[in-house]
Amino acid sequence: MQLQRAHVLVCHGTNCALHAPQALVDAFRRALRETRLEPEVRVVETGCFGLCEQGPTVVVYPEGTLYCRVSPADVGEIVSEHLLKGRPVGRLLYRDPAAVKTVQTFPEARYFQKQVRVVLRNCGVIDPSSIEEYIARGGYLSLGKVLTTMEPAGVVQAVTDSGLRGRGGAGFPTGLKWRFAARAAGEPKYVVCNADEGEPGTFKDRLILEGDPHAILEAMAICGYATGAHRGFIYIRGEYRLSITMLENAIKSAKELGLLGKNILGTGFDFDVEVRLGSGAYVCGEETALFESLEGGRGEPRVKPPYPTDRGLWGRPTVINNVETLASIPHIIEKGPAWFRSLGTPGTPGTKVFTLCGNIVNTGLIEVPMGITLREVIYEIGGGIPGGRRFKLAQTGGTSGGCVTEELLDLPMDYDTMAKAGTALGSGALLIIDDSHCIVDVARSFAKFFMHESCGKCAPCREGTRRLYHIIDGIAGGRGSPRDLELLELLSRTLYMTPLCPLGQTAPLPIMTTLRYFRPEYEAHFGSGVCPAGVCAEPGGSTKEARAW
Amino acid sequence: MATVTLNIDGQKVAVELGTTILEAAQLAGINIPTLCYLKDLNVVGACRVCLVEVKGARNLQASCVTPAGEGMEVTTNSPAVRNARRAVLELILSDHPYECLTCIRSTNCELQALAEAFGIRRVRYEGERLQKPLDQSSPSIVRNAEKCVLCRRCAAVCEKVQNVQAIAPQNRGFGTVIAPAFEAGLAAADCVLCGQCTLVCPTGALHEKDDIQKVWDLLSDPAKHVVVQTAPATRVSVGEGMGMPPGSIVTGRLVAALRRLGFDRVFDTDFTADLTIMEEGYELIDRIKTGGVLPMITSCSPGWIKYIEHFYPEFLAHLSTCKSPQQMFGALAKTYYAEKAGIDPADIYVVSIMPCTAKKFEAGRAEMGSSGYPDVDVVLTTRELCRMFKEAGLDFAELPEEEYDAPMGITTGAGLIFGATGGVMEAALRTAYEVITGEPLASLDLEAVRGMEGIKEATVQVGDLPVKVAVAHTLGNARKVMELIRSGQAGYHFVEIMCCPGGCIGGGGQPIPTDLEIRQQRIKAIYTGDAAMTLRKSHENPAVQALYAEFLGHPLGEKSHHLLHTHYVERRRNRDL
Repeated sequence: MQLQRAHVLVCHGTNCALHAPQALVDAFRRALRETRLEPEVRVVETGCFGLCEQGPTVVVYPEGTLYCRVSPADVGEIVSEHLLKGRPVGRLLYRDPAAVKTVQTFPEARYFQKQVRVVLRNCGVIDPSSIEEYIARGGYLSLGKVLTTMEPAGVVQAVTDSGLRGRGGAGFPTGLKWRFAARAAGEPKYVVCNADEGEPGTFKDRLILEGDPHAILEAMAICGYATGAHRGFIYIRGEYRLSITMLENAIKSAKELGLLGKNILGTGFDFDVEVRLGSGAYVCGEETALFESLEGGRGEPRVKPPYPTDRGLWGRPTVINNVETLASIPHIIEKGPAWFRSLGTPGTPGTKVFTLCGNIVNTGLIEVPMGITLREVIYEIGGGIPGGRRFKLAQTGGTSGGCVTEELLDLPMDYDTMAKAGTALGSGALLIIDDSHCIVDVARSFAKFFMHESCGKCAPCREGTRRLYHIIDGIAGGRGSPRDLELLELLSRTLYMTPLCPLGQTAPLPIMTTLRYFRPEYEAHFGSGVCPAGVCAEPGGSTKEARAW
Repeated sequence: MATVTLNIDGQKVAVELGTTILEAAQLAGINIPTLCYLKDLNVVGACRVCLVEVKGARNLQASCVTPAGEGMEVTTNSPAVRNARRAVLELILSDHPYECLTCIRSTNCELQALAEAFGIRRVRYEGERLQKPLDQSSPSIVRNAEKCVLCRRCAAVCEKVQNVQAIAPQNRGFGTVIAPAFEAGLAAADCVLCGQCTLVCPTGALHEKDDIQKVWDLLSDPAKHVVVQTAPATRVSVGEGMGMPPGSIVTGRLVAALRRLGFDRVFDTDFTADLTIMEEGYELIDRIKTGGVLPMITSCSPGWIKYIEHFYPEFLAHLSTCKSPQQMFGALAKTYYAEKAGIDPADIYVVSIMPCTAKKFEAGRAEMGSSGYPDVDVVLTTRELCRMFKEAGLDFAELPEEEYDAPMGITTGAGLIFGATGGVMEAALRTAYEVITGEPLASLDLEAVRGMEGIKEATVQVGDLPVKVAVAHTLGNARKVMELIRSGQAGYHFVEIMCCPGGCIGGGGQPIPTDLEIRQQRIKAIYTGDAAMTLRKSHENPAVQALYAEFLGHPLGEKSHHLLHTHYVERRRNRDL
């Protein structure tokens, strides 16, 4: 075996992939060949490292030196200076925006200091196409432990004891879900991984799947063993090409090693996983609409009850978990529920992966303990608001979440606290909006999203999302009146109380919260048609809509 | 069965486990308004009109889909509930054309009734409404997507009762329409034009194609000799359309009313129903004797014919070659009757009063003009006829009872029972038994083939031969029978298939509403009418006997073959596109 003295980790996450990292990898390999360093330095194509804003990122081990915005033209210098002579290339090092200093190695960056990487442990570290690297990091150990030393009920108990709650947005206790499915009558049972990540501004599931696909397969097999299922499906957005490739490759190599398929690890347990592609409808992230779509039908939510654990996919008991939820499972099995509970808050143990986007310095992917405040996330990890602008509001949980203003920045972020504040932790999207944006314009873009994504099954959502948009568009265009706000409030209440599924029920949340905190800004648009932020155009003229993402 | 006890508006109600809140409330005498709900068929919670408050739930619950739970506390009439229902209705109305005054369903529209009940006096939401062209591609049914409230009852009936799936939701969100695939016209779809969708549509989004003006035009032209025929099922349903209770038998009044509209002769399709028995009966005997294709399947129902042409074309040889009674009537009106009355067939026009939308399609089939003239010129559904009566100002209930004209108005009970599922079979057996054995039947009432059971089977000993028969109504049941025939396990000699639930009395052109209970009352009226007839066997119809003696010769003869029999075509299926 060839020992290597250094590793060059090139991020291949989709966000960095926008900058064609393959050219970087090729450049490194060529340069290493030319400098005859090839046998002793290995180039690894990893999943997302998290610091998307600075991509493409390259980390050189053993030092952990973090290079940002690397282009193929920089490669020669990194090889000749750093890898040959041991001198880091200063001009490419990460500059901490808060500290205004250059960071030699990435753990020094404030971006990473408050992060606790459980789910993202392997992301940006291993080559996700290599099952050996996953195994070398302890992968499939939990599956082996479960299959050889634990009863199914014990596995359910461990997950229950961990206090893990669904990371898709609703925060339902995962252990309880598994218990319901394990006890449900009906065969066969199924495990479904919900990777239909449709919430605007959320890209965590994609990056987890790109960076650590085996963790999901391992967790699904564990879930299958715990609940009595032998077949799993990963329903994933069709646009997530790299995730799909990584998953398919991972399934193939896991089967080759007997970690999926018949008689796993010689224990007699069978479990198989298939990848199924979604076609881009937001509502298919709703679990029952997902089942409809997976079965080949029109993606529309079903009536609940019955719940999926009783009658899910093809009417059979089904556990459906979000990618991030599943990614926590192997760690809970390996380190125990007590360890998991030591992270986060008592009500919501563990960590949460957030995606930072909008008007924030460090856009990207982070993992933090539950209960961290939004202020810490924005100003310490996120590096604050760029361009000297002021923070105006944050939208948490994607479009179906609510808005958070300055006064709420110190709330600990967990499911219950956020819900109490009238917003949602949701899927983990954090959209930061600065004072250059008009609240009416922002609200209009949310309304437009729901209008576009309503499936059309139930009347209030189908008609109401259209009317919501129409009213807000009228206000933005200077055609509003106090009567419109009354109607907006009535419509928001109607949508909150009456639709069939969460899409319609959450559609008014951003409207209700922005109305609560920014009513004067709405009112300023009346009559005179003045947009305080100067975003909405003159009355009757064409208007520009917020492009927050 | 386990029961749960819940509290609805302060009343304790004990119901079976699995009962919905809506059903539980109905049991307690509390009426919750609904729009999309169609018992057993469309329970989807889409319209959100049946919302109720359930204590402890964050939002309001659709009572049609929410199971009653032990100890549940439900409020059906709180301010929150009323406001929410009103708000939802206002939203639905905001995307609906305000054409009530000119709408075909005015005063018989569920949306209008709800808006009235909830006192909606204004709609505050402005902005875009769905805009779609009218689908008038088919000769039978008009589809107006702009009036659609997307309750999906039509799609449910098309899929679950008829197993056709010609229409389904297309597009998404605000742009959703219920339409054939790719929003094609109904004429381009696998649609059999049965019109069951028009019976369940709560609004004017799906309705029969209105041919009333064509009939007024014919009637107002003195040079034209206009004869009318009335299908068996119409005499037990026209009364409903004229404000009488379901199951009213209005044969005599119907005749009187038609005369007052100005028809030159009022004839009866029952006459050619009797004739169908003769032709079809002899065809069956012939097939059995000569080893022809069995089972033979009836061909009276045009929706069923179109269905087999689309879905089971490999079985077309099983169909009786007999035209339907409507078409036989037309062919004879322009030959036999023309000759007898001494009128140039070019001046004779045949109008049919049918319980059926597919009959409009049947009348337009290329095969249906073997006399040199179209067999039937205009087909009106029961609903259209009722509108004509109203337009003419007829006080229907007060009309005298009059008799049909001779000879094509002389009929038997056997012809009448064509209107109910099992009727053709029963009529055929009444005749076949006596023709073959030469002995009178002990009992004319073949209970085994009557009633709403989906598929009925019977074996009747006819001479030496135990004749095995089956009767199916709805195309969903037809499919089951066809699959049984395909499997070779059926062993039937003769099969009756009617497209619509309950047979023609439940046809797509019948008065709205047409539900299970109303269908049963119409069936009861059919058999009451049959029992009251002097003649109850087709072969005893003196006018039919005279027809053979004077004109046709004998069943399956040369003239019959030319005028009364037809052939079928294989039709394309959308899924093969």
